[in-house]
Amino acid sequence: MIKAVMVMNTQGKTRLAKFYEYLPVEKQQELIRGIFAVLCSRAENVSNFIDAESIFGPDSRLVYKHFATLYFVFVFDSSENELAVLDLIQVFVETLDKCFQNVCELDIVFNYSKVHTILDEMIFGGQVVETSSSEIMKAVEEISKLEAASNAITLIPKSASGWRSR
Amino acid sequence: MSGPSLMDSLFQRSLEDLIKGLRQQLIGEQAFISKSLEEIRNEIKSTDLSTKSTALLKVSYLSNLHFHDMSFAAFPALEVLSSPRFSHKKIAYHAISLSFHDSTPVLLLITNHLRKDLNSTNEFVVRLSLQCLSRIANVDLARDLTPELFTLLSSNKLYVRKRAIDVVLRVFEKYPDSVRVCFKCLVENLENSDPQILSAVVGVFSELVCKDPRSYLPLAPEFYKILVDSKSNWVSIKVLKIFSKLAPLEPSLSEYESSVRFAVGKVREFLVDEDPNLKYLGLQALRIVAEKHLWAVSENKEVVIKSLSDADPNIKIELLRLVMAMILGSILSTCSRNLYEIIVDFDWYVSLLGEMSRIPHCQMGDEIENQLIDIGLRVKDVRPELVRIARDLLIDPALLGNSFLHGVLSAATWASGEYVDFSRNPLELMEALLQPRTSLLPSSIRAIYIQSAFKVLVFCLHTCFMRGESIAPSASLDNLPAGVSAYASYESFDDFSVENGADATVVHGQTHEAMMWKYKRAQNLLGFVDLTKPEVLNSSIQEKKDSEGKGVETSKIIKLMHYAFSKELGSVSLSAQVNVSVPYGLMLKENLSDLEMICGDIEPSSSNSFSFGNPNEEKDGLSFSSLQINEDSEQPHESTSLLAVHRKRHGLYYLPSGKSEIISNDYPPANDPTKTDHSKPRPVVLKLDEVNEKPVAMKQPDPRDNSLLGAVRDVLFGSEDIPPTSSQSNLSNSSKRKGKEKQHTDPRVESKESAVGDGNSSSRRRKTIVKVKREDIEVQGRKMTRKEKTLFRKKKGTVVVGINHDKEPRSL
Repeated sequence: MIKAVMVMNTQGKTRLAKFYEYLPVEKQQELIRGIFAVLCSRAENVSNFIDAESIFGPDSRLVYKHFATLYFVFVFDSSENELAVLDLIQVFVETLDKCFQNVCELDIVFNYSKVHTILDEMIFGGQVVETSSSEIMKAVEEISKLEAASNAITLIPKSASGWRSR
Repeated sequence: MSGPSLMDSLFQRSLEDLIKGLRQQLIGEQAFISKSLEEIRNEIKSTDLSTKSTALLKVSYLSNLHFHDMSFAAFPALEVLSSPRFSHKKIAYHAISLSFHDSTPVLLLITNHLRKDLNSTNEFVVRLSLQCLSRIANVDLARDLTPELFTLLSSNKLYVRKRAIDVVLRVFEKYPDSVRVCFKCLVENLENSDPQILSAVVGVFSELVCKDPRSYLPLAPEFYKILVDSKSNWVSIKVLKIFSKLAPLEPSLSEYESSVRFAVGKVREFLVDEDPNLKYLGLQALRIVAEKHLWAVSENKEVVIKSLSDADPNIKIELLRLVMAMILGSILSTCSRNLYEIIVDFDWYVSLLGEMSRIPHCQMGDEIENQLIDIGLRVKDVRPELVRIARDLLIDPALLGNSFLHGVLSAATWASGEYVDFSRNPLELMEALLQPRTSLLPSSIRAIYIQSAFKVLVFCLHTCFMRGESIAPSASLDNLPAGVSAYASYESFDDFSVENGADATVVHGQTHEAMMWKYKRAQNLLGFVDLTKPEVLNSSIQEKKDSEGKGVETSKIIKLMHYAFSKELGSVSLSAQVNVSVPYGLMLKENLSDLEMICGDIEPSSSNSFSFGNPNEEKDGLSFSSLQINEDSEQPHESTSLLAVHRKRHGLYYLPSGKSEIISNDYPPANDPTKTDHSKPRPVVLKLDEVNEKPVAMKQPDPRDNSLLGAVRDVLFGSEDIPPTSSQSNLSNSSKRKGKEKQHTDPRVESKESAVGDGNSSSRRRKTIVKVKREDIEVQGRKMTRKEKTLFRKKKGTVVVGINHDKEPRSL
C-alpha cells in the first residue's frame, strides 16, 4: 500500500502532503523534514529509490522524482513494486500537466483542492485505483462541474437579497 | 439573516486570499497565520454553511501544509457535512479525512452521515464517503457500515465498485468479522472480467496475503488463471507478489529451478544497464536470490565488483550486503560439509558462529542455529565452550530485538539448558533467560526459554541439595521462583486472552499452537516451583530441622527432575523408520481414510489445527491434504513434533502412515555412514546413526508416573517400533538388539493380527507390532528397575506389546 504522497520544493516547503495512515501533525512535519534532508543530499544521476526505514518505520521504501523545482515523493511498503510506483509518479505529473496546461509550482500552490482531488482519483485508501491519466481527468472534470453547479445555486439568492437590500 | 451573512461572506477571505496573503508575508508569517486562525475560529461558528465551509477549507489548508492542529474544527466539520450541497460535502469530507482519528470525540456522530452518503445515488458522493471511511475507519464504524459496504461491492457502477473493494481492505483490518459478510463477494469479483475490477481485487488480495498467507492458499488456482490471462502489467505484478508469499507454503507451487535461471538472466541485464535504478534493483534481486542460490552470484561476479565503484550510495550498500551474505554463506557451508571434516579446533569454530550471529544484517540465522545444535549434539568436548558462547548471546538484551536472530537465540537457549552443568554461573543464566525483553520473542521461542529456565532451575536446586547446605544464594533463589511465576503466568494469560479475542486472524503472527505450548510449559514450571518453593524457603530458615518429611520428598522430586533432564537424548535419523522392517502380514495404509471411518463423529478439540507431519518435509507421496483442513498459519517445527507427542499421550492418535513423524526438525538428521576416524587431539564428532533412540521430542518424560502402565506407555509411544535405547554408550549393543527383535517378530504376528482384527479397531491397531524379551526392555533410557522387572515377570513368557487403546500390554 502507498503510505504517503508528498510534493515539496527545493527549499523544503511542502506543496502537497497526503498520508494514508493517521499521523498527528507534528509527526507529519518531522517526517517531511527528514525526507527533505535525505533528498537534498542526493546527487543528480543516482537511482530514485531510498530505503525509508529509518524515517517511516519497518518495511517502507521511498521513490522520488525531481522535476524543475519540485520533488515528488511516494512512500510505500513491500506490496508495491518500485518501478511501478515510479511509473505512477509519471502518471500523476502528466495528469497535473493536462489539468493545468504546463503545470508549474504556482499552479499547485493555488489550487489546493483540485490537486487533492486529482490525487484522490488516482490513489484511494492507499491502493492505486486508476493509472490512466485521461480517465482521471474525466473524473476530475465531472467533480468540478458538480462543485460549480452546487456553488452556483447560492449566488442567486444572495445577490438577489443583496440587490434588494440596496 | 441574509444581511450579516452577506457581509461576512463578502469579507470572508477565501482560501485563495489566504494563500496570497501568506505568500506576501515574507516576514511575520507566523503572525499572519495566527491572525487568520483567529478569524477562522470566528467564522467557523457562524450559522451559514458556506461561511463555515470556507473557514473549514482554510483551516484544512493550514493544517495540511503548515501543520497546525485543527481539532477545534471537528464538530463544525460534521455540521458542514450535513449540508446537501456537493461542494460543502467535499470540503467537509476532506477536513474529516485529514483530522479525524480514533480518539476524536465526535467520531461516533459520523456514522449516520456516512451511511446516508454511502447509499446516495450520486457516485461521486459515494466515492467521497468511501474515501473518508478508508481513512478513518475504526472498529465501530467498520462494524456498523459493513452492510452498506456489502451492497456497494455488488454495485453496477464500476467507479464505485472499485473503490468499495479497496475500502474493504481497511475494514477487514479493523473489524475481522466483516470477513464473513464480504469475503465471498470479494472472491466472486476475482472472476470478474473487467480489468479494472480485477486489478483492484488483486491489489486487495496482495495486501491480505502479506499478512496471512495460509488462509488464501485455496485461492491459488484463481490467481494462476488471472496471471495467465491478464494483459495489464500492474495486475501481473500483484499476482506475482501474491504467489511469492504463497509459494513457500505449497511445495507444488514452486518447481522453480528453471525460472530462477531465467530470472537471474534478467537480473544480469539489469546490472549492466546504464540506468542506476535498474542497477540498484538488480543488485537487490541478486541479494535475495543469493541466499539460496550462490551460483547466481558467482556467475555475475565481475559485474558486481564493477558496481563497487559506482557513485550511488544505495548501490554500494546493496553490494556490501550482498558480498557479506555470500561470504557468510560459503563459510558456513564449507565448514559444515562432511560432518565438519575440516575443523580441528571446535572451540574456535563455535566462537566464530557466535560472532557471526552478531553481525548486523546477518541473514544466516537459520544455518547458524542448525550448526550450533548439531555441534552441541555431536561433539561432546566443545560443550563448555558452547555454553559460554550461548551465555554471551543470551545476556545481551540488544539481540532480542533482532528478528533474524531468533533462531540463533533459541539454539543458544536450548544448548545452555541442556548442558547447564557446564555453565559457570547458572544464576546469571537464569536471569538472562527471564529478562523482560524476551517478550519481544515469538511464543515458540519463549517456550524454549521457559523450558531451559526450568532445566537450569532444577540443576541449581539439585546441586544445592546435593551439597546439603542451606542454600547460601537463597536470596536470589527466593526471588527467582517469584520472578518466574510472575513473568510466566502474566505473559501466558495475557497472550491467551488476547488469542481468544481474535477470530480468523492470527494474533501477532503467532499460532495457537505455539502459545499453547508456551502456556503449558509455563504451567509446568510454575507447578514445580510451587511444589518446591515452600521447602526451599523453609530450609534456608530452619536448616532442615523438623521439616524432615517434607524435605525428603521435595529433594526426591528435585532428584527425579534432575535425573530426567540429565539423560542425553540424541536425534533420530531420518532413515530410522525405513530401517525397521515391516513385519510380515502388516499392511500400512497410505492415507487416513480408515481413520475417517472410525472417528468421523469425534469432534476434534476446537482451537488446535492438525497437521499430518511437517509440510516442509516432503516424503514419498503423502497427499497434502491439509488444504481441506482449516489451518492457522504454519506451526513452528518444535511445537509440531511436541504436539504430536502430547496428543498421543492423551489419546488422540494419528497414524504416521509410513513416515516417521516424530522427528523434531530442530535437529538436523544424522548423516549416512561415511565413518570418519578421529585421532585424539580432535574432539569426537558422533555419528548418531545406527542408534535408534527415543526421539528428542520427548524431552520431558513424566518422572512421577512410576507405575508400570506409565512406563510401558512411554515405551510404546516413545517409538512405535523399537524400544528406546540409552544414548551413545550403547552404540555397539544396538545392532545386536535389533537382530534379536527381528527374530521374534515374525511368527507371532499373525496370531496377534487375527486376534485383533475386526473391522473397526483393526486399522488403528495395525501398527508395527514388536515383541521384545523382557530383559531387553529399556524404559526411559535406563534399565528397568527391579520393581518393573518383577511386574513383568508375573506375566508369563514374552510380552507382546501391541499398541492399542486398552492401555494394557497384551500377553500371550
